Amino acid sequence: MQYIDRLQVRKRINFRLRLNSILKYVFLGATLSGLVVLAILLIRTVSQGFAWIDWNFITGHLSMDPEKAGIMGAILGTFWLMLVVVFFTLFLGMGAAIYLELYAKKGRIHSLIQTNIANLAGVPSIVYGILGLTVFVRLMDFGSTVLAGGLTLSLLVLPIVIVSSQEALRAVPQTLGEASYGLGASKWQTIKSIILPTALPSILTGSILALSRAIGETAPLVVLGIPALLIPFPGGFMDRFTALPMQIYYWTLDAALVEEYANLAAASIIILLLMLFILNSIAIYIRNKFQHRF
Amino acid sequence: MAVQTQLYAVPAIEKKESKNKNEVEKESIFETKSLNLWYGETQALKNIDLKIPEKSITAIIGPSGCGKSTFIKTLNRMVELIPSVQTKGDIHYKGSNILSKDYSAEALRTDVGMVFQKPNPFPKSIYDNVAYGPRIHGIKKKSILDDIVEKSLKDAFIWDEVKDRLKENAFGLSGGQQQRLCIARCLAIEPEVILMDEPTSALDPISTTKVEELIQSLKKQYSIVIVTHNMQQAARISDQTAFFLNGEVVEFGKTEELFTEPKDSRTMDYINGRFG
Repeated sequence: MQYIDRLQVRKRINFRLRLNSILKYVFLGATLSGLVVLAILLIRTVSQGFAWIDWNFITGHLSMDPEKAGIMGAILGTFWLMLVVVFFTLFLGMGAAIYLELYAKKGRIHSLIQTNIANLAGVPSIVYGILGLTVFVRLMDFGSTVLAGGLTLSLLVLPIVIVSSQEALRAVPQTLGEASYGLGASKWQTIKSIILPTALPSILTGSILALSRAIGETAPLVVLGIPALLIPFPGGFMDRFTALPMQIYYWTLDAALVEEYANLAAASIIILLLMLFILNSIAIYIRNKFQHRF
Repeated sequence: MAVQTQLYAVPAIEKKESKNKNEVEKESIFETKSLNLWYGETQALKNIDLKIPEKSITAIIGPSGCGKSTFIKTLNRMVELIPSVQTKGDIHYKGSNILSKDYSAEALRTDVGMVFQKPNPFPKSIYDNVAYGPRIHGIKKKSILDDIVEKSLKDAFIWDEVKDRLKENAFGLSGGQQQRLCIARCLAIEPEVILMDEPTSALDPISTTKVEELIQSLKKQYSIVIVTHNMQQAARISDQTAFFLNGEVVEFGKTEELFTEPKDSRTMDYINGRFG
């Protein structure tokens, strides 16, 4: 008794193979559609903005006059913001992930916290802006400073960092932890010397993605009242500042008044993408260095 | 070379003498008294009373799920890592009850080392793998660490294979070498007891032979408890054997006697391959 009819199999095999190759191109198309949009964006931006990038544009102060305007202030603002965000998200994010994943008892409170963190990751960024305005700018009276902006952006990306760090910690094989405990190591010794170093490359990958998101965030900064035209460069955490996405936003907004502003916005986008690229390269370099150590 | 901290001052000479005197009646290193263990609602160990003699090899055999792995993991309290585990009863290690609250699991595991079923080296260099234990117990001096690493690797029969590549990642070793490295890592904390949870089940026959030879050479200095699926292995290397079934000890005695004239019919059925 045979259940599989060879004749039927042979009849259907052409159809199955054709479906197979059609689907391959469907999936390729899905991949390309994203790339095409990105390419159009890049070509459009570069062709419009590249001519406007010169030494004066990069190092100069902001100005109403498009010919004189420079964005060093915004670059420095973004740089200072990132310092604050890196510091707080790495410490708080990894700390929370270590607690939730390795110390906390798994129970109802644990899953309640876990669900909340997942939900927080989905809260619109403008809501974080309102929170930052209430807590950091007004209540703690930081004003529209780098610190207030950085803390607001930290809150925004913390859930992402926590969740991705937790996943990285969970991916460390349990047998490694057991080996360490089996030698008489305490929990902290095991975390510090075995679990964290093993998970670090993945933790950094997640953090890089989160950081890239924070760099490009505009909405919360608008709510915080970050000014469009700010002449002095920010020199510290308590200085007022403007950031690259803010500058892009305002220039695009004002392009109706002064046409050249649109080109300045395009030029700023190129600079922002370059900064992102440099930042990611540094992070990937650090990550690979860690991976080599094992 | 003498190492000064208390942890590492194992009085090896004294022990060799006492071993020769008591070839027959050895002191017991572990003694469990009506030991019960539950995973949640399921009882995994039922009233275990065992005396495990020192400086010898004790094999634990039995079918899958009989509680043999659970049992040796209670001897260094590794079971506590599993949530919802509950134990009742006593385990006396050298006279004190290790299940009492004020006995530190970390201190216990420094005396009672463990080798796991699958080789689990750390993603570090060969040297750092072996030096890990001494380092967490506070040894920082390079010369002492060098000594410990060399001695441990020699005692684990792997020194000649790795001495030229101590700085290389341990993952580059073969499975059998990794397992001997894990044994070296365990020896580096100079334990008194070594627990082995099916240490050769993931290895090929040649590596298995090497590890078995190693285990036998270790019993001069260490008390060894080994869980094994492989009855020939238990018969080959152990001095006494305990047969576990459904969380109970069915029979415990000298390996020779247990395998040639078992007292219990269930032991007879198991060693003759009628179940399990």
